[in-house]
Amino acid sequence: MTELFEHGVPLTAAPQTIEKVSIIISRGSLEGIYPGLMMANGARMESIDANLFFTFFGLDAINGAKHEHVRVATVGNPGLHLATWAGGFPGVSAIVTHKFAAEMEKLDIPPIPEFIEMIADSGAGVYACKASVDMFHLTKEDFIPQVQDIITVGEFYGLAAGGQIIFT
Amino acid sequence: MTTTAATDAQIERDAEGFFVHPEQWTEAIAGGIARENGIRELTNRHWQVINFMRSTYLETGAAPSIRTLGKASGVPIKELYQLFPKGPAKLAAKIAGIPKPRGCI
Repeated sequence: MTELFEHGVPLTAAPQTIEKVSIIISRGSLEGIYPGLMMANGARMESIDANLFFTFFGLDAINGAKHEHVRVATVGNPGLHLATWAGGFPGVSAIVTHKFAAEMEKLDIPPIPEFIEMIADSGAGVYACKASVDMFHLTKEDFIPQVQDIITVGEFYGLAAGGQIIFT
Repeated sequence: MTTTAATDAQIERDAEGFFVHPEQWTEAIAGGIARENGIRELTNRHWQVINFMRSTYLETGAAPSIRTLGKASGVPIKELYQLFPKGPAKLAAKIAGIPKPRGCI
């Protein structure tokens, strides 16, 4: 039997579509959290299976006490083109965050708590990283009800098997 | 240009099956498009979404986002994904005879 190869990959094995994505959200700033949420929601809109895995400061996005208070990093963020000393003034982060939130609302992009609820309702999995949860001395009660489980890295790989992994 | 198998009329749809001319759509065509996309029967709940989709498009010139769909159509997000398993925003737009939604959300 002859097999057809392209770039060393058997043609029959080349997937035509993405069937599943597992997205890691590792940062706790507004600009660190939104891209992963957009990717997860966008995946579900295309009927691609999606998992969200929150780790390290990314846990703030699913922490019931913190997820409404996520802010844009105004210090050490060259993309803002704002002097570091100016970004450090009290209230600057709040003002910039407020501006971003208003712009996103215009585009019908929801605030983080509503967005995660939407993504969970669309059938995506929402998980917290066990090592980070332990490190921050958190428990399941600290998280929003959409969090299905606190899982290890190994369990995450199990869930991600057969799909793409996106780290943000 | 393709003509749909769902009807005998000469209806122009794009490569993915979205209507090029929304005015060519009729309620009678919707069931056939739904079946092409794996929805055997359109229930009242499906119709609620389809009608909302179409009226929003005709009023604003754009399809509603999934967020607006969940908030304003009267059908919550969870149910939207049950009714339109292949993605409510796009599939409902296709069945409602409007162009493909271009939003990221």
